[in-house]
Amino acid sequence: MSMLSVTRAIAAAAVLLASAISAQAFAIQEVKSPGGITAWLVQEKAVPLIAMNFSFKGGSVYDPQGKEGVSEFLTGMLDEGAGDLSSKEFQQQRDALAFRMSFDSGRDFFEGSFQTLTRNRAKSFELLKLAINAPRFDAEPLERVRQQFILSVQNENQDPQTIAFRNWMKEALPGDAYARDLNGTVETMAAIGADDLNAAHRRIFTRDKLQVAVVGDIDAVELGTVLDQVFGGLPVSSSREAVAAAKPVMGPKTVVFEREMPQSVIVFGHESITRDDPDFIPAFVMSEILGGGGFSSRLTTEIREKRGLTYGVGMGLSPAERVGLYVGSLQTSNDKAGEALALVREVMAKMANEGPTQAELDEAKTYLTGSYALRFSSNSAIANQLLGLQQQDLGIDYVERRNSLIEAVTLDQVKAQAKRLLHPDRLIVSVVGKPVGLN
Amino acid sequence: MIFRARLILIIVLTIILGAPARALDIDVTSFTLANGMEVVVIPDRRAPVVTHMVWYKVGAADEPQGKAGIAHLLEHLMFKGTPKYPEGEFSRIVRANGGDENAFTSQDYTAYFQRIARERLELVMELEADRMHNLVLTDENVLPERSVVQEERRERTDNDPSSLLAEQLDAALYTAHPYGKPVIGWMSEVAQLTRQDALDFYAEHYEPANAVLVVAGDVTGDEVKLLAERHYGPLKNRRPPEARVRTQEPAPVAERRVIMRDERVSSPLWQRRYLTASSRNLSRREDHALSLLADVLGGGTQSRLHQKLTLEKKLAAYAGAWSSTDSLDSGSFAIYAAPNPGASTAEIEKVIDEELALIRDKGISQEELDRTRDRSIAEAAYVLDSQESLARIFGVALTTGQSIGNVMNWERDLAAVTVEDVAKAARTVLDLRASVTGLLLPANGS
Repeated sequence: MSMLSVTRAIAAAAVLLASAISAQAFAIQEVKSPGGITAWLVQEKAVPLIAMNFSFKGGSVYDPQGKEGVSEFLTGMLDEGAGDLSSKEFQQQRDALAFRMSFDSGRDFFEGSFQTLTRNRAKSFELLKLAINAPRFDAEPLERVRQQFILSVQNENQDPQTIAFRNWMKEALPGDAYARDLNGTVETMAAIGADDLNAAHRRIFTRDKLQVAVVGDIDAVELGTVLDQVFGGLPVSSSREAVAAAKPVMGPKTVVFEREMPQSVIVFGHESITRDDPDFIPAFVMSEILGGGGFSSRLTTEIREKRGLTYGVGMGLSPAERVGLYVGSLQTSNDKAGEALALVREVMAKMANEGPTQAELDEAKTYLTGSYALRFSSNSAIANQLLGLQQQDLGIDYVERRNSLIEAVTLDQVKAQAKRLLHPDRLIVSVVGKPVGLN
Repeated sequence: MIFRARLILIIVLTIILGAPARALDIDVTSFTLANGMEVVVIPDRRAPVVTHMVWYKVGAADEPQGKAGIAHLLEHLMFKGTPKYPEGEFSRIVRANGGDENAFTSQDYTAYFQRIARERLELVMELEADRMHNLVLTDENVLPERSVVQEERRERTDNDPSSLLAEQLDAALYTAHPYGKPVIGWMSEVAQLTRQDALDFYAEHYEPANAVLVVAGDVTGDEVKLLAERHYGPLKNRRPPEARVRTQEPAPVAERRVIMRDERVSSPLWQRRYLTASSRNLSRREDHALSLLADVLGGGTQSRLHQKLTLEKKLAAYAGAWSSTDSLDSGSFAIYAAPNPGASTAEIEKVIDEELALIRDKGISQEELDRTRDRSIAEAAYVLDSQESLARIFGVALTTGQSIGNVMNWERDLAAVTVEDVAKAARTVLDLRASVTGLLLPANGS
């Protein structure tokens, strides 16, 4: 049994390690610009790059009825001409400066990701300013990008994962803003014009909804100037109607989209909690043990490792602004669909009834605390993490506090969350394929 | 400008992983252990973490006839345990120590990696060294994992018409060389693979002299040397390393065309792939001329294909080109385009062929070369932000017959390329007899 003692020694070492590296390797400053814009900054001189991630609260759920996809359309238009620059001129200058700029329209946040070489930062930030303050929506690029989006929507309409998840949302949140086709449809993308894009631009880009994270070779004073340069010209606020909290429905319910293909794509889940729930951390630890990443979750062990029914299965908390969901997915041969789904229910039920073991909890804690540092291993990764913390309103000291929150979770808390949050008999299930054995 | 179609994502990924490393302003250490295992150390002091990778110089193209997929199945089975660390222990220990891990297989290499706190580097070295020679397999763990791989094939390939077509393009492009069979294997052969097949392949290829260790992160070359000698140093080669000789591709004589119709396809795609030499069989100037040719033709919004097909003629939603020579025996030069609604693949192909004829006959201008090269050099700085990407660049180079010098001298070599080099590359590579053209069409489309 010498192996066992080696393993125990390693596990014991890991607990020490976890507390040793929870002290973060970088300092986060809150920077307030002369014009009153705040950002979180990590100054990092090792690589000649600056990463800036920013977002505006209020994502595609605010797209007007009949104009679903307008936020998405906007993401494709912000490098297609701005201010005095035509699309062609803007893209020529971007390529010459080699900055990277992309936008993403999420349900709750409209996000931007920007990276520049330190040496080109002055001109690059000037173009970023133009892109978000004065996009042009000229006719030629607008029609061209429209064609790209229509193709993209047509492709998504054929993608089995997209279909399965979209159908799941429509069953779980019937009639809700989240369940609309927020990437647009062929019809809405065809109907969107420059006026709609201008209206979306005015609605989204305001300073009261802005959050910024910057990592790289720049100091607080210079960043203050950059913040005012890039964002200072935006309106302070805009009015928009609040969207009411979503009202999910529970299952059991199973919907099947029949399609000739060798595997069934199965999405399953039900309502859960939002990020501000006081028990979110123990719930997160529980969900990690049940269906988290890596090769060790209970769902992976039972469905992949022991029986070879799938290449991958996962299930996790999906907290949004207006609703919390708990969603999982797997793909398996059509003839195994019933068996795989029965196993999902069985594994969930066992966890709900008995909770995890103390050993599972201990391992999950050492993994979650020890691996937290891996999320901060590049400038762009750190910027991404810091923006997420701001979006979730977790505080600038959260990186320091987070591992002790995980450490403090007890077995009783996790068992209570398993009982509270897992309802295998009330799953909503959405399948694409030719599944066998679903009742 | 948007890039959301699946094909584009795959291609962009190929470019990131497949392109020769960009200019590197880093202090790389390399050495070889007495048993022949090569070691590369890439410092990155920003966070107290390391990326630890072991690359084996073996991939799907090294498989015996009739055993398609065994290299990849073995990659899965490498997590099944040893006498010292039985089934599940490897992954459990890595997780318990706050590490992430995974593995990947290509035609030319199989690699295993962990990202973990720097203090745990020795631990993952001990685990990785242990499984180089001590893997234990039973039917009880091999057969379910073979089913997992079959599900992986259904998920990644059979469920996705564009992946199925990509597989068919390779099968058509290579008439004899094993690059013509997919890394994951044909389902008919995967279904027949056995525990003994995996053990035979393992015994033949998993040796220290056939492996490359790459460590990137908060660690010095001296530290890695000490630990590598302690854990990998004692491993003995059980058989002498053999030259990697695969069936050679005969000189191509016929243009090929693959047409796939599928009811899951909503809009057509056009693509063409040309065979090229691989990096190790090209001079540095020839190799970089190919990548610059691809960039001038189809790299980004200033490229000829984007300007002509997307902006001027408004025929394509997107169009591009890429070159990948990071393989042992031969590389690919590829062009792709998605017709706008209402445009046909035939119209697209006509314009592309005109553009190819133009660049083959007239070459490129000095202005195009300078602009394209300057952008490549500027973009190179971004690779410094990811220690995992850096580690991959060195791993790919050293398992495909290239040298560390190729990677480190990238900018110098790129600077030496002339417009004549690019023109010559165009004349050499753009030979229809060495090509396959692929059409992905809706079931009822034209």
